[in-house]
Amino acid sequence: ARALTPQTAETDAIRFLVGTQSLRYDNQIHIIDFDDENNIINKNVLLHQVGEIWHISTSPADKGVLATCYNKTSDTKVMTCAAVWRMPKELESGSHESPDDSSSNTQTLELLCHLDNTAHGNMACVMWEPMGDGKKIISLADNNILLWDLQESSAKALLSSSTALEGKGQLKFTSGRWSPHHNCTQIATANDTTVRGWDTRSMRQIYCIENAHGQLVRDLDFNPNKQYYLASCGDDCKVKFWDTRNVTEPVKILEEHSHWVWNVRYNHSHDQLILTGSSDSRVILSNMVSISSEPFGHMVDDDELSDQEDQHQEEKIKEPLQDSVIATYEEHEDSVYAVEWSSADPWLFASLSYDGRLVINRVPRALKYHILL
Amino acid sequence: MRVLVPMAQHDTGRAGSVPVAAAPGPGNWASPCPASLPCRHGNPAWHRKWRKGQAGSGRWGGSGGAMAAVTTESGAGSGAAGSPEATGGSTGGGGWRRPHGPLQRYYGPSTAEAAEAAPDPTDINGPHFDPEVFMTKVRSECPLGQLLAREAALGREIRALDSDMQTLLYENYNKFISATDTIRKMKVDFRHMEAEMDDLAANMAAISASSARVSAALQDRHRRGAQLAGVQALLRKLQALVEVPGRLRRWAGTEPARALRCHARARAVLRHYRHLPSFRAIEDESHAIMADLAQRLRTRLREETLDPKELTECVEMLLQLEEPAEELSEEFLSQAGARLEAELAALEAELPTADPSGTASTPPPPASDILDFVDRGSSAFVGTLCQLAGSYRALFGGDTGHLEPFAAALATRYFALLERRLALERGLGDTSLLVRALDRFHRRLRALLELLPAGADAAAALVARAARERVDRYLRALQTFFLGCLGDVRQALAAPRPPGKEGPGLPDLLATLAASVLGQLKAVLAYVQLFTARDVAFASLPYFKGEFCVTAVREGLVVAFVRWLCRTARGFADGPAERGAPAAPPALLLLLARLCLDYENSTISYILTLTDEQFPPQDSGPAVTPGPALCAEARAAAQRLLDHYVQVQGAAVAQMLRKSVETRDWLGTVEPRNVRAVMKRVVEDITAIDVQVGQLFEEGVRRAQSSDSSRRAFSVYSSSRAPGRYAPSYTPSAPMDTHLLSNIQKLFSERIDIFSPVEFNKVSVLTGIIKISLKTLLECVRLRTLGRFGLQQVQVDGHYLQLYLWRFASDERVVQGLLDEVAASAAHRCLDPVPMEHSVVELICERG
Repeated sequence: ARALTPQTAETDAIRFLVGTQSLRYDNQIHIIDFDDENNIINKNVLLHQVGEIWHISTSPADKGVLATCYNKTSDTKVMTCAAVWRMPKELESGSHESPDDSSSNTQTLELLCHLDNTAHGNMACVMWEPMGDGKKIISLADNNILLWDLQESSAKALLSSSTALEGKGQLKFTSGRWSPHHNCTQIATANDTTVRGWDTRSMRQIYCIENAHGQLVRDLDFNPNKQYYLASCGDDCKVKFWDTRNVTEPVKILEEHSHWVWNVRYNHSHDQLILTGSSDSRVILSNMVSISSEPFGHMVDDDELSDQEDQHQEEKIKEPLQDSVIATYEEHEDSVYAVEWSSADPWLFASLSYDGRLVINRVPRALKYHILL
Repeated sequence: MRVLVPMAQHDTGRAGSVPVAAAPGPGNWASPCPASLPCRHGNPAWHRKWRKGQAGSGRWGGSGGAMAAVTTESGAGSGAAGSPEATGGSTGGGGWRRPHGPLQRYYGPSTAEAAEAAPDPTDINGPHFDPEVFMTKVRSECPLGQLLAREAALGREIRALDSDMQTLLYENYNKFISATDTIRKMKVDFRHMEAEMDDLAANMAAISASSARVSAALQDRHRRGAQLAGVQALLRKLQALVEVPGRLRRWAGTEPARALRCHARARAVLRHYRHLPSFRAIEDESHAIMADLAQRLRTRLREETLDPKELTECVEMLLQLEEPAEELSEEFLSQAGARLEAELAALEAELPTADPSGTASTPPPPASDILDFVDRGSSAFVGTLCQLAGSYRALFGGDTGHLEPFAAALATRYFALLERRLALERGLGDTSLLVRALDRFHRRLRALLELLPAGADAAAALVARAARERVDRYLRALQTFFLGCLGDVRQALAAPRPPGKEGPGLPDLLATLAASVLGQLKAVLAYVQLFTARDVAFASLPYFKGEFCVTAVREGLVVAFVRWLCRTARGFADGPAERGAPAAPPALLLLLARLCLDYENSTISYILTLTDEQFPPQDSGPAVTPGPALCAEARAAAQRLLDHYVQVQGAAVAQMLRKSVETRDWLGTVEPRNVRAVMKRVVEDITAIDVQVGQLFEEGVRRAQSSDSSRRAFSVYSSSRAPGRYAPSYTPSAPMDTHLLSNIQKLFSERIDIFSPVEFNKVSVLTGIIKISLKTLLECVRLRTLGRFGLQQVQVDGHYLQLYLWRFASDERVVQGLLDEVAASAAHRCLDPVPMEHSVVELICERG
């Protein structure tokens, strides 16, 4: 399984959606609820019969709407398509059913619309406009960027604009992210070793980081709190942080993984926390204080767990934390293809590996208090 | 016993007689050294003397100080026997006691010695001799035979002494008679001589009387002669005085010095007799002439063309003319200043004009070399300055209040000029020339030292700066040289090779590179050593002894170079690969890794030892970088390079695999007939890498192999027959447990770090590359959807790789494990997982 996403529109419950990949059986979307207080995981299964899921994303506005990229296999051809779906109403807000009867009543997704890609090639991913009303999505298909308008409550997808990346050789987008800054007018895409930025209004390229990584770029993410800052990861085992205003040099490089880094994610609220997943089966949580939006010296360098009086804390010399790896999670036995922060709880994240194991972890408590206090 | 008894009686008798020993009589001879007598201390000496006399000439007063050792038993016995004999021989007691006093003083030290010795009552010659104890000892210790023997010996000895005594007496008598004869003869001679002496006295008296008469007759004439001579001298002086103005006038123009001398001589007299009108006229005239002369000298002083000597003369003369010294000294200095300025200007003219805007790309090479320049500077400027300073001091005495700031200002300018000139020495030129130039400069400047104490420091600082600069330049030259070598190596690596003929092997290249760099370093060290050579004057400065060796050469040159080398080498690993700059060829990486490793192993310590030998560091000097730290740096660089090499090569192979997997249509492929070409290519490449690495690195250890390794079947296919392992038992309720079995298996196998640091051996490097390649294959296969034949093709390829790659890896299980995973993933990604028969796979592989 490779597809994992938090339920973006949900801000109360911790909920992740996982898409399965199976060639020979019906694929499913698993809705994973995590009850933080009782430490219970609840699971609901939705059937997704059209094919194995390569990418999944949820609408930021409507809890029940999600988009998937899936493989449609015929005898001689594999085609990756994308579609927008709605899940049954009762699952939207997470019904707390007992897990044992979830297997009996599997429900089916309701198809809202197809994103027609017959002319454009295989869909690599679908991005929803962040902070938007769930009307605009962008999909990457081979070398095309397609901007769709969803109309009639998402029942109809109109291709509003598109652009194609031209160049010699077979250019193929591997992934992309929609920037939450600049009024959501920018996206960044990755193809081969290059990272490009695009303006969604004009569909023009605005910057290009050639050879951002020594090898294929696997994933991107925008710093949610700091404009122009972008993280990328790739097959050279590195995570790089860029300032898109100066694309000649990365701001910072992390080299902690021992194989391809498949996923990089900024924490939504505390952008010094960086989560990376790699095919060396590790998930690494890093603390990149030096390039975060957190001002230096904001944090108190003392024992946060002790209940000390405020004035005491303020008297102490405040030292910035160093950039460091906070924790390495080695629960997975196979390559980790997806990591995501929860949209509801900023201290919680999930990671998904090839063998289908989903692991939910928390930021270490000490660090959490350290950042908060 | 019968014999012993009388001895004892005799002994007791002797002891009893001690108190009455002063009286002459039979008791006296029995007391050789009575403890209470004044001669007690002299006694041992007396004995010794006596024995000496016996042995030698027989003189009584012989002064041979050597002490005859008195041996324990027999010596003691003979001593005991000799004492009474000696006393007896000099009958008359007091007669021999008086000369004894000086003798005793003469032998004082030995008696003192004897006194110091532990008192031994049995020592017959010792001061503490106790006859009673001695006798008791002899009686109790010696056997009868020995006693008898001693008695006989005593008898013999007494007889021998008797006859000696007689001989001596006879000889003495003879001598006495001959002495009497001589005295008688002398008496007769003296009587004759007295008469002659009386004659002599009478003659002398007659002579003195006639001499008095002669002198009285001559006295009058002598007085008149003397008077006449005095008058003539006075007249001559007056004549000279009258002539003074004329002479002065004559010489003032041509020989002012002579005129001055003349004037000086006449001046005192003239002044003394100025109340006489005639003398006054002379004085006035000469005054006028001298004033005129002074005027002329002053004009001359202001002329530009005076050389220092003339200048000095001029001023000297003026001083003699009693011109004000203060004014003159200023004048002198300004003249000297002008002259030195001219010298400096001449020197400056040789320097290219400073280009303030810095637009000129390179200043033209200076006309003369540095040695020439310094030579001229030293001889012209420093020489003149010294000369002038010397004359100033001679002229104006010890007052150097003006001179010092004057000289300091000029010297500062000179230093500045020299500094500028040194700055022009950009090229590496001839260091010995530079060293010689600096040496000369330093030597010449020493002359100025007493004049300019501050100048010494400034000069030393200048020399040190120049040396430092030179060392820095050598460092840069070394770096350039190394880069040049690297360029050569790159070219050699990149040069197209005629097929069938191998280019220069990597080991050759490495050896050439290392040797040339080391040679260059040694040459540079030799050059730099010139700065500290013994015959160079400034080498003895504390700076050159201590700080230069340590800070400049060891740290600034050697350590800095090694550091830089490591950094540069690392740069090949870190830098260019990032942003698409032309990456270093992998072979170069490998070469550099080996070079760094060699440095770590031996070269660094060698270089440091060499440096420390040539430039011995001082104990109290600044801290030096220890060798191990450098070694660690070199090792880190080597590690980084090798890792990078593995990554680059791994990435190259991986890229090939990835492209081959991504571009193929795995769904619609036909049944595999042979191994795909790319796999063969991969094996070829890895073999080539193996050869390349093998040229430079050792084999390394391999984990023990099971004998059937290469023949081992692909476990996945056997397991596909044994159902349940990879055939997924997919149920909607438990989709996460699909691969429970494989997961459990993985739990027990080691986690494989793909991009992990490698060790410095071939196997480890190759293992790293293979791991990277196979993991890539795994990830790529997982991204594809395979048809039945696609799976079979993967199966065939995997088996092929398995067949050929295991022997490169340190642990074949790594290869095996990764290939198993590839097969499992392929099976999982397959729409119709029907694996090929294993025998067919083997057949295809062997055929391909």
